[in-house]
Amino acid sequence: MTIAAARELTDGDVCLVGVGPPNLAANLARRTHAPNVRLVYESGAIDARPQRLPLSIGDDDLAATATAMVSVPEMFNYWVGAGRIDVGFLGAAQLDRYGNLNTTVIGPHDQPMIRLPGAGGAPEIAASARRVIVIVRQSARTFVEQLDFVSSVGYGPTGRERRATGAGPTLVITDHGVLEPDPGSNELTLTRLHPGVSTDQARRATGWDLKVADSIKLVEPPTELELTALRRLRDREDLDV
Amino acid sequence: MPRPVPLGEAIATHVHDGDLVALEGFTHLIPFAAAHELARQGRRHLKLVRMTPDLVYDQLIGLGIVDELVFSYGGNPGVGSLHRLRDAVEHHWPHRLAVHEHSHAGLANAYVAGAARLPFAVLRGYRGTDLEDQRDIVDRVTCPFTGEELAAVRAVNPDVTVIHAQLADRDGNVMFWGITGVQREAVLAAERAIVTVEEVVDVFPERTGAVVLPSWVLSAVCVVPGGAWPSYAAGYSVRDNSFYQQWDEIARDRAKFLAWAEENDLV
Repeated sequence: MTIAAARELTDGDVCLVGVGPPNLAANLARRTHAPNVRLVYESGAIDARPQRLPLSIGDDDLAATATAMVSVPEMFNYWVGAGRIDVGFLGAAQLDRYGNLNTTVIGPHDQPMIRLPGAGGAPEIAASARRVIVIVRQSARTFVEQLDFVSSVGYGPTGRERRATGAGPTLVITDHGVLEPDPGSNELTLTRLHPGVSTDQARRATGWDLKVADSIKLVEPPTELELTALRRLRDREDLDV
Repeated sequence: MPRPVPLGEAIATHVHDGDLVALEGFTHLIPFAAAHELARQGRRHLKLVRMTPDLVYDQLIGLGIVDELVFSYGGNPGVGSLHRLRDAVEHHWPHRLAVHEHSHAGLANAYVAGAARLPFAVLRGYRGTDLEDQRDIVDRVTCPFTGEELAAVRAVNPDVTVIHAQLADRDGNVMFWGITGVQREAVLAAERAIVTVEEVVDVFPERTGAVVLPSWVLSAVCVVPGGAWPSYAAGYSVRDNSFYQQWDEIARDRAKFLAWAEENDLV
């Protein structure tokens, strides 16, 4: 999943990096095929070049290696909101067939069963990044017919309400495979599977009637270089750039 | 300008029961020591505001001194949930917590409007999200020039903002650098501002990217070395990541949390 996400970054892309899998994927891309990917962290670091995998978006290594440090209002107004981000990675606790995301609550907002961290930077990243890549584990509990709460908008309730500046969620990468919006309806469609995963398994891990592309491709298996770089990042070894 | 005053005196003078309090810091320079002093002095019915209410707000919420929370992301960065926050929202322990919820862009701009003494800020966000249902903090305006419909967020003006910084000079001006978050805006939006610092110096070093707040916008400066632990002050300390991980275990369990609070003289 992380390796598949890293491969979607092109050298030179300006990438807004969030905590967790996106952080790993973006730094992996920089260690492998995209050495000049530009990492932007919402804590204010522009063009950060961390020596090791940062544990949070607020590590000092990010500030110490960045081309520029800006305040949080400046980050959201001048950089994210103004459309200066090529790729934003997002995660979610729930996702629907039109790529709308919930990171706020499971159950009603006033009396939730599970209180999640909340929207954070995601609504603006979802609205303004030129491309959005969602990284999320696929299960019938996560891929739901109806979100409990809309934290970030993908293509809207019927797939046709997107009026924001960016293109929206162009890829959803899961532990089962890759989904892409249908060019007509914007409904997420399974287009690639990880080796060893079947279409039926992906269907069972989806809470709606999953649309599957006519010709399903396989995600290329990881290379030795990718696996080594990933291991070194996870072990937080210092890396030469 | 105030000479450095003891932290206890600053909190006693400037923070009152029922105040809207911002203890800001975006991962870096989080004013933990000041927050703990506030708990020790027995403040009650606080309304807290902060973009990223991490461990320190989890602690204050668990202690039962918070009635309302204004925020945009309530997690333990890189670790997971804030269990005291969750317990208060999901099970009303130790009592019910009212939440007002922004996106990062929304709350950052609410402080910007507050600092400018404007009634609201305008941005392109929120459209189509359920966060918009909170019409008391987010609404819509139409641009008078282009007709574009935009989000309006109500200004946030804390009664008091507390931040931690690296340096003060002898005149009580304050300097901080590294990840500077939304602290400048939160200070300027507030009625009163308290700053704890690592050190007092005769002359500020030259430093690219530093924020300097002049003494006349501050109510009190207190010298509290290590006052950001377990977060950090760049140039002085590193983040204690192991405490952030330990916190997950302490905060998961009410009894363990209360034992921790007692050990640390917070109840």
